[in-house]
Amino acid sequence: MDIPWHEVVVAALLPTSGAVVLSAAFGLLRLPDFFLRMHAPALAATLAAWIVAFASIVHVSARTGEPSLRAVLVIVLLSITVPVTTMMLARAALFRQRLAGDPSPPPL
Amino acid sequence: MTPMLSVAIGATLVMYALAMLIALVRLFRGPRAQDRVLAADFVYVVGTLVMLVLAIRYDSGMYFESALLMALFGFVSSVALAKFLLRGEVIE
Repeated sequence: MDIPWHEVVVAALLPTSGAVVLSAAFGLLRLPDFFLRMHAPALAATLAAWIVAFASIVHVSARTGEPSLRAVLVIVLLSITVPVTTMMLARAALFRQRLAGDPSPPPL
Repeated sequence: MTPMLSVAIGATLVMYALAMLIALVRLFRGPRAQDRVLAADFVYVVGTLVMLVLAIRYDSGMYFESALLMALFGFVSSVALAKFLLRGEVIE
């Protein structure tokens, strides 16, 4: 068996990111409060996206023989846009909950 | 591509699809509008990751462009929905 080393790396990284995304989805489903639930998708947008981008860089660089950093563009875009979305959504949720008369953030 | 890598890619895509289905459960269950927007945004992010994995699977650079587009449109739609929840209108 002569498996190229880069395929071993990619085959180890991709299911790891799948497991991270799956745990983020379970957090989205199981956490009891909206403001707790907001934490879960950050796992997919940061750790899993970094892992997939790294796997993609390793794979494409090993296949073409020259460094390929196109996946970094996706990481840059995600790390700019996701915090903005989260902030806007948190402010909207806070505004709506206070408008509805809920004490928010709720007491722990 | 060795069978090991294609099995790993298949397992990853199955896990992503399962995560999307779980997020869809949250999207349909609610209970409030902001939960639905959060779940839709999560589905968009996972869709971007699916595009990156497909770029590895098919050895094609085209999927990077579609991943960028999905990230961009997901951002625009989520911000528009959050703005709508905040004010009741998107453009003031």
